[in-house]
Amino acid sequence: MNKLFDHLRRKKKTQPLTAPENIKTIPLNDRQIAEAFKAASVYQPAQLIHGCGQSTGKQREHNEDSLFAFSMTSGGEGTGFPVGLFIVADGMGGHQYGEVASSIATRVLAGFILKRFLPYIINPANNLDEPLQEIMRSAIDEVQRSVVQTAPGSGTTLTAALVFGQQMIIGHVGDSRAYAVYQDGRTDILTRDHSLVKRLEELGQISADEALSHPQRNVLYRAIGQGETLEADVFTAPFPQTGHLVLCSDGLWSVVSDDHIAKIIREAPTLHDACRDLVRAANDAGGPDNISVILVKSIG
Amino acid sequence: MKYRSCLEDALETQKINAPLDDNPNYNAPGSQLAPGTTLVNRYVIQDIIGVGGMGSVYRARDLHFPTVVKLVAVKEMINQAPDPLVRKTIVQNFEREANILATLNHPAIPRIYDYFSVDNRSYLVLEFIHGKDMEAIINETPGFLSEEQVLGWAIELCDVLSYLHNHKPDPIIFRDMKPSNVMVNQQGHIVLVDFGIAKPFQAGQKGTMIGTEGYSPPEQYRGEATPLADIYALGATIHHALSRRDPRLEPPFSFNERPLRKINPAVSPELEMVVNTALQYNPQDRFQSAEAMKEALIAAGRKTGLLGRIHTVTASIQPANGIKPLWTFACEDEIRGSPLYYDGSIFIGSYDYNLYCISAADGKMKWKYATEGGIVGKPAVYEGDIYIGSEDQRLHVISARSGKVNWTYYTNGRVRSSPRIAEGHVFIGSDDERLHAVNLISGRASWHFEADAPIRSTPFVANELVYFGSESGELFAVNFRGELKWHFKAKQSVTSSPWVAEGLVYFASVDGYVYALDARSGWLIWRFRMGKGSISSPCFTDGMLFVGSADGHIYAIDARTAKEIWRFKTDHQVSSSPTIYKDCLYCGSADGNLYCLEYRTGRLRWKFATKGPITGTPLVYDDIVYIGSMDHFLYALLA
Repeated sequence: MNKLFDHLRRKKKTQPLTAPENIKTIPLNDRQIAEAFKAASVYQPAQLIHGCGQSTGKQREHNEDSLFAFSMTSGGEGTGFPVGLFIVADGMGGHQYGEVASSIATRVLAGFILKRFLPYIINPANNLDEPLQEIMRSAIDEVQRSVVQTAPGSGTTLTAALVFGQQMIIGHVGDSRAYAVYQDGRTDILTRDHSLVKRLEELGQISADEALSHPQRNVLYRAIGQGETLEADVFTAPFPQTGHLVLCSDGLWSVVSDDHIAKIIREAPTLHDACRDLVRAANDAGGPDNISVILVKSIG
Repeated sequence: MKYRSCLEDALETQKINAPLDDNPNYNAPGSQLAPGTTLVNRYVIQDIIGVGGMGSVYRARDLHFPTVVKLVAVKEMINQAPDPLVRKTIVQNFEREANILATLNHPAIPRIYDYFSVDNRSYLVLEFIHGKDMEAIINETPGFLSEEQVLGWAIELCDVLSYLHNHKPDPIIFRDMKPSNVMVNQQGHIVLVDFGIAKPFQAGQKGTMIGTEGYSPPEQYRGEATPLADIYALGATIHHALSRRDPRLEPPFSFNERPLRKINPAVSPELEMVVNTALQYNPQDRFQSAEAMKEALIAAGRKTGLLGRIHTVTASIQPANGIKPLWTFACEDEIRGSPLYYDGSIFIGSYDYNLYCISAADGKMKWKYATEGGIVGKPAVYEGDIYIGSEDQRLHVISARSGKVNWTYYTNGRVRSSPRIAEGHVFIGSDDERLHAVNLISGRASWHFEADAPIRSTPFVANELVYFGSESGELFAVNFRGELKWHFKAKQSVTSSPWVAEGLVYFASVDGYVYALDARSGWLIWRFRMGKGSISSPCFTDGMLFVGSADGHIYAIDARTAKEIWRFKTDHQVSSSPTIYKDCLYCGSADGNLYCLEYRTGRLRWKFATKGPITGTPLVYDDIVYIGSMDHFLYALLA
């Protein structure tokens, strides 16, 4: 397969460049040269890079959000593909132990999934025989048990992306969000908020703008640690190859518009800068809630 | 704790003057009145009978009746507003509403005897109802409540709502209809408890929280409370009572996703209809008054009463084989394979060894080509040539126009797989346990891939890989040089042909699962359990995956979440593979029928009966369905 690619690449290179006539070229400026180099350089092996940002915000005293980011790259003979696990959890304000719940949620979920991946990391020939969606589901069930046991009465949202190659499994409960943000500014919300206002919006009872200012905008109908039965959304989606995966708590998305998020990501030089700028934008908008954000990009 | 004991003392002595309200803990739900506490020298608390968000409800004895035990219900509301002015307003509102309620006179509304406020707590003294609330009844009843019982309560609830809504000068909106607010007394009649009067006492909620009311209509969240909101909530209450599904545990406004009769088939369609009408999102689509709803309930009851308990067969839209084929074509033996359309002709192989070319317009044979074995696959076409495998072990390449053979290619086993053409090659499996890649120009093998069992699955080409299953349960992904990229092992054979879409490979196995693998790595993403194994090949449209199973069902699965969207039951195994055309799914069954279903809902549009099992895949072209049957016929039907 790789040989075939190499073959094709060589083929491309040897094609004669036909320069159109009557076109004058001017020297490129430094920035353009840098861009051109950036575009030309090939990252090997394929890897997932990420940045994170977090802030208590300006109106809360405690940070009840938790986040977790892990990415694995392996290069060399028989190399597989990068694997990453990214999680954002937003503990319930008004409940006791909100921060405990979100912290348990991220750690238990990460621990559960990484344990399943260890055999594969040690030897990529070890296929995982349990469907990834079922691993995610079992992990969320485990989180639910742990939260109910350790911090009864508390609650948390949970949005997790298990990325492998060009696919990802999303596990989601509550109103934290996963977005695919593309280079051209297009943003897709991958998750569906389990909130009252989202339902009202879906039914055409209120507009998206009204949802942002609705007095009951914080009311969830599904959360980790709450209710006897928990039905998490678990689904597969293609990883945004030409863009970014964004996971964030409502402290970001409720005050910074999707377009603005896309613009900040586009304009920041690195993922870490982008995360810092996103958090800053949320705080500039009043910072009414805790803010957490993870940005993931696939290169190579 | 200190404040709590202080409070109890104070209440008992009726000398409350300490400013307790500065401490927020004072309002904690734990601060309940202990049994034996006497309020305003008159009501002796006996027990706590309920705990709410704003205080508790107690059973108390009224000391004004010293010779008899007169029980009353005392509802306590703790004023949690920090601002004294707001607190005062809340108490004033409470008193005003209590005055209104005190004038109500209806058997389904508890009498109000008294109200008073003590410091930051207000109390309402009500008739004590001997009975149980409907929520407790629902939870304690094993199985479902009977329709008659719920119908009776629903009619009474309409009566009391009608009384409230017609109150003068202003209608009274109950606002909080739900099973826990409906008591059923010892005589089996309903009594509404917990009027919205207490609402202002509810603490303001800050931050993200869980829980919606579940019974309230959408417009109530915009602050609109009208009689029609009570109608919706009554519908929700009946739905809960008959389905046992608590709407507070479900996404809000999702009743139409839980049709009553799907959960509890014993409910009559008539009553379901009434509930559905009450639960309409748009208030104008609901019953416009409690009286109208009551009439509909009575009508439903009469109808079901007349019909007794006998289930009515749901109206079906099956035109019992009123469908006439446009034409039929008879072969000399069974048709197990699938047709192909090319250039005005239908090409189909038969177990009579022949490949037929039939005019699509009138079903007349143009030519036939005889192989030396049965044909079970689907032909492929490339540049005017028809490719088909036969149980004579060969791949035959025949001119579509003349029916003359161009060349044949020998494998060492019967060919049941169908050819797939890509990248200048035809890929085809054989019972010789190999996948053959045959060069289209030379007619010679470029390579073959050795599996360890017959390959009857038809290869799928995508991402520069060839995907196919084997009878040993493997799913292979091989590159264009015949090198194995990855493989996946199911527990039993994979006769089903894979389908690759949006980076995933889908296929079914005789082990009873539909699998979804990452197309690049072969990692298992999900599996979906069917009742039995399957050799049917899945088909993907619109994020939905369709596949048949030996359990007799055609399944529609959400390809993202692996959740079943619908299933359709036929009367025998479904080995045929579904085809989607426009908004319909076409699939045959071993019960002899070709089914046409709406692919989004699984609803039957029509079915057409042949005289033998159908195992092939239907072909739809230009609004005409072509399907072969083991009754030897090829049928052309209007789609």
